[in-house]
Amino acid sequence: MAGSTLHDGTTPLNSAPVQTSDDAHGYYTLGDNIVDTAAPTGPIADRWTTRKFENRLVNPANRRKLDVIIVGTGLAGGAAAATMGEAGYNVKSFCYQDSPRRAHSIAAQGGINAAKNYKEDGDSTFRLFYDTVKGGDYRSRESNVYRLAEVSVNIIDQCVAQGVPFARDYGGLLDNRSFGGVQVSRTFYARGQTGQQLLIGAYQAMERQVAAGTVQQFTRHEMLELIVVDGKARGIIARDLVTGEIETHLADAVVLASGGYGNVFFLSTNAMGSNVTATWRAHRKGAYMANPCYTQIHPTCIPVSGEHQSKLTLMSESLRNDGRIWVPKKAEDCEKDPRDIPEEDRDYYLERIYPSFGNLVPRDIASRQAKNVCDEGRGVGPMVGDFRRGVYLDFADAIARLGEDGIREKYDNLFDMYARITGENPYEVPMRIYPAVHYVMGGLWVDYHLQSNITGLFVTGEANFSDHGANRLGASALMQGLADGYFVLPNTIRDYLADGPFPAVDETHEAVVEARQQVESRIAKLLSINGTRSADSYHKELGHIMWEYCGMERSEPGLRKAIDMIKQLKADFWTNLKVLGTNESLNQSLEKAGRVADFIELGELMCVDALNRRESCGGHFRAESQTDEGEALRHDEEFAYVAAWEFGGDDGQPVLHKEDLIYTAIEMKQRSYK
Amino acid sequence: MNLTLNIWRQAHKDAAGAMHQYHVQDISEDMSFLEMLDLLNEDLNEKGEDPVAFDHDCREGICGSCDLMIDGQAHGPEVTTTCQLHMRSFKDGQEITIEPWRANAFPVVKDLVVDRSAFDRIIQAGGYISANTGSAPEANSVPAPRDKAMRAFNVATCIGCGACVAACPNGSASLFLGAKITHLGELPQGQPERYTRVVDMVAQHDHEGFGGCTNIGECTSACPKEIPLDVISQLNADLRTALRQGK
Repeated sequence: MAGSTLHDGTTPLNSAPVQTSDDAHGYYTLGDNIVDTAAPTGPIADRWTTRKFENRLVNPANRRKLDVIIVGTGLAGGAAAATMGEAGYNVKSFCYQDSPRRAHSIAAQGGINAAKNYKEDGDSTFRLFYDTVKGGDYRSRESNVYRLAEVSVNIIDQCVAQGVPFARDYGGLLDNRSFGGVQVSRTFYARGQTGQQLLIGAYQAMERQVAAGTVQQFTRHEMLELIVVDGKARGIIARDLVTGEIETHLADAVVLASGGYGNVFFLSTNAMGSNVTATWRAHRKGAYMANPCYTQIHPTCIPVSGEHQSKLTLMSESLRNDGRIWVPKKAEDCEKDPRDIPEEDRDYYLERIYPSFGNLVPRDIASRQAKNVCDEGRGVGPMVGDFRRGVYLDFADAIARLGEDGIREKYDNLFDMYARITGENPYEVPMRIYPAVHYVMGGLWVDYHLQSNITGLFVTGEANFSDHGANRLGASALMQGLADGYFVLPNTIRDYLADGPFPAVDETHEAVVEARQQVESRIAKLLSINGTRSADSYHKELGHIMWEYCGMERSEPGLRKAIDMIKQLKADFWTNLKVLGTNESLNQSLEKAGRVADFIELGELMCVDALNRRESCGGHFRAESQTDEGEALRHDEEFAYVAAWEFGGDDGQPVLHKEDLIYTAIEMKQRSYK
Repeated sequence: MNLTLNIWRQAHKDAAGAMHQYHVQDISEDMSFLEMLDLLNEDLNEKGEDPVAFDHDCREGICGSCDLMIDGQAHGPEVTTTCQLHMRSFKDGQEITIEPWRANAFPVVKDLVVDRSAFDRIIQAGGYISANTGSAPEANSVPAPRDKAMRAFNVATCIGCGACVAACPNGSASLFLGAKITHLGELPQGQPERYTRVVDMVAQHDHEGFGGCTNIGECTSACPKEIPLDVISQLNADLRTALRQGK
């Protein structure tokens, strides 16, 4: 890949990186570079069309002979189950919730991007592509992102046809709003509940297929192991969470759409049950985990109020369209009623530092600057530890401009939610916000076909790593989940399934028996430690370590310390955990313990990845890599690669495989939002 | 604050259940109701007693998982979900009774956890618009009047928690059903299947063992998303039209 000419004759705009720093020396071993990503070549606008044509078809009569397992029922999993079912495949869909409709995509608020250019404000597929790659700080794959932008318009058509009640203008046409990091209005929304409406659309489409008999749904089931036979993913071991029964499910292909692992931080905006287990189990079976340290910290969350807090609540960053962010100029004003602080004593720091984007800078910048002003002692709200961790998000100007009713129509549910949680009325007093872990860009490595390095294992949505680089733009997660589920996966997996049906696997096959035994012995172990600490207490401790050392700002000594702490925590977990009850019943403590065990292992790998990446990019800020002005400093010459980690065994070291990121359609630039 | 909790404990679906009393101390008023239960469970775990099972997930009022009957009210004293209920709504020394949803169609799974899969089956019966992926026309080719689209959205905010059923003396799911009928029936895309949908969904509703609606209105006052009662009027109107058409 490092040559000056690509095999299709075009010239790359950057060349392959040569890493000179090696901060993670001693924590990993270096493996071979990844060369084959199944990425197409040729003009970027034609790549997906060409590939769809090249991918082989499966005859409709053969589809009903092919079984596909899909784990997770969020936007990516639900949409895929519905679409694959409509096509006539046999789909088995799994979720840990009591209904597919409860997957955490439901909580996404703000909206979904699409390059419809309904506002005629200069938007286009190429601009959405460009904004997404730039927003991701040039750490995503250009072919994948272009495809995402390309199918974005189909998503809106599909959702409207399903009855998703998007916001409309007085003429009955679809309305748009703008979102952080971009200067066009391309975000489609359903008040502050866009994720809910999109998920219900996918859920209903999937339930229609359940009725049609093409999709079988397994609710309150958790995948605990991947079955790999002769190098191919052929099924999963799942636990029925009600009866405790360990079940074997076999198929021709397995799709993981199990979401992100932000709960590794304990406090996050994820649902309480969101976990890494499905992808981590696959990782332990050989699937590479890519860029695990890429975490998105969302700038507009409700600040922490006390030590028993179990989760953080996000408020859509669409609030930044109308709210102005500020802190007092003087630390001594921080305890005052904000309404008594005169205009000249307020520091609208984002507007000051980034005059052209102002309050709409990308999430990572907004988050880091909020942390900076709080670290300077200018934060507001209650003291948490030694600092006040909050900044104001003030709607006084917007209310003066649009009236209280105008604001109510746009943000009603968000304002209500804020009032309910904090006991304060945001129509009268400025909101207080603080960043919180929200999304992970890292995930299982996949090629252009969304296939992992394990043949037959496909990964979609937040569970994969591919489209957001080092930072995700607002309103892009819903776009990616639905793009993968409705339009990408169904068109790539068919090329694999065209070789099927694969020879039937017997439940007595040694790989199946071994996977079952792994699950059973792990559960037995968790139940038999009989120590003194709950799984929750380990989770909290892990979360503290991750937030402190692998959160918004990371440093070499901090990460080394974190790795040692996590190793100790892991040893303690397996000797001092206390889980009551049995396997043969609904046992929420047992479910939690298994998930925390996997989070602990993931946390360590995240720190190793963060340690290796001695650069600041996107959501990943390394203290050792900043400009004189304290801005993030990327090192393209060293780190323009995907870090794909192979499991190195319980006592071994992870193996790093690098995939070079080569851009032919756009030039890599340092981001500037000033 | 210190509280006394009376909680329904039931080992599994077929076991006999009973109320058990627990005491929790030092509860802060900023805690959510579920964080108060987390604390109880940590305490029980420490003592070697089986923690109380309850459904919960997003804890931001949108997934519809949480479902507690608190002092006889679905989701407790405020108009919100259990997870968004905060302890500032209670007083020091208060005795609180916590039960699972009570309805024939929602059998208890364990303690406070119930089986709401009947809702999925009602949706399977017709709670969708048939539009295969890839078959959709350009989104703006069919305008939807703004007031109708807004009504569709307002009722589509139903989270499927089942509070309406738990609150109804008849154990009816008419509010849930009416919300879906209205959501899809207000949109131009929902018209082709409008009248078969209502017949099929109502038949499934009855088959699941939900009761009939007698216009009591407990459902709408318990609904955390404030789905209005007029969706049931819409349900009945559509059903009447459908039956007249012989669907």
